[in-house]
Amino acid sequence: MSINFRHDVENLLKEAKKQNKPVLLDFSAAPM
Amino acid sequence: MWPDERVAKFVNDNFLPARVHVKEDPEAFKKYGEQYNAHWTPTVLELDPNGEEFYRLEGFLPTDDFLAQLMLGRAHMDFKQEKWAEAEKRFREIVDKLPNTDAAPEAMYWAGVSHYKATNDPSALKETAKAFKQRYKDSSWAKKSSIWV
Repeated sequence: MSINFRHDVENLLKEAKKQNKPVLLDFSAAPM
Repeated sequence: MWPDERVAKFVNDNFLPARVHVKEDPEAFKKYGEQYNAHWTPTVLELDPNGEEFYRLEGFLPTDDFLAQLMLGRAHMDFKQEKWAEAEKRFREIVDKLPNTDAAPEAMYWAGVSHYKATNDPSALKETAKAFKQRYKDSSWAKKSSIWV
C-alpha cells in the first residue's frame, strides 16, 4: 500500500470541504 | 516513515493527502509555507475539512512515534468536535497499539478526559490518575493527572 500524495493543494482543499474529510499536508524535502 | 504499511493505511483511511516539495515545487512550498507558517521540513499538518490546521508535527520521528503522533492528531480532531466516544477510542488505540511511544502517555490522559466528557463521571479522571501510577509514572501527563486522585 502506498500514499497517493496530491500536489494540487488548492483543488484538494476544495474536495476535502465537499467530502467533509480532513487533509494531511506534508511539507517535504525527501527525495522523490 | 511514509512507506510503512501502517502509516500508509492510516493516512489513506483518515485523510486526503497532499505534498508540497521544497525543491520540486518551490513556488507552492513558499505559498503554502507562508499560509500555514511551515518553514522547515519535514512538517506535517493535519487540517480539518475547512483547511484549518488542528495538529502539527515538525521534524523527523521514527515510524512508531510518527504513526502515534498522526493518530494523536486525528484523535484530537474528534475531541475538538466533541465526538467524545470516537476520540476516546482513538486515544486508547494509541496506548494499546503503540505503548512505547512518546504520544502514549498523552493519549492515555486524553482518553480519560474524553470518557469524562462523555459521561460527566469524575471517576473516569480518578481511574486515569490511578493508571498513571502504574504506567508512564515519570511523564508530564502523570503529573497533570495527579490532581484527579
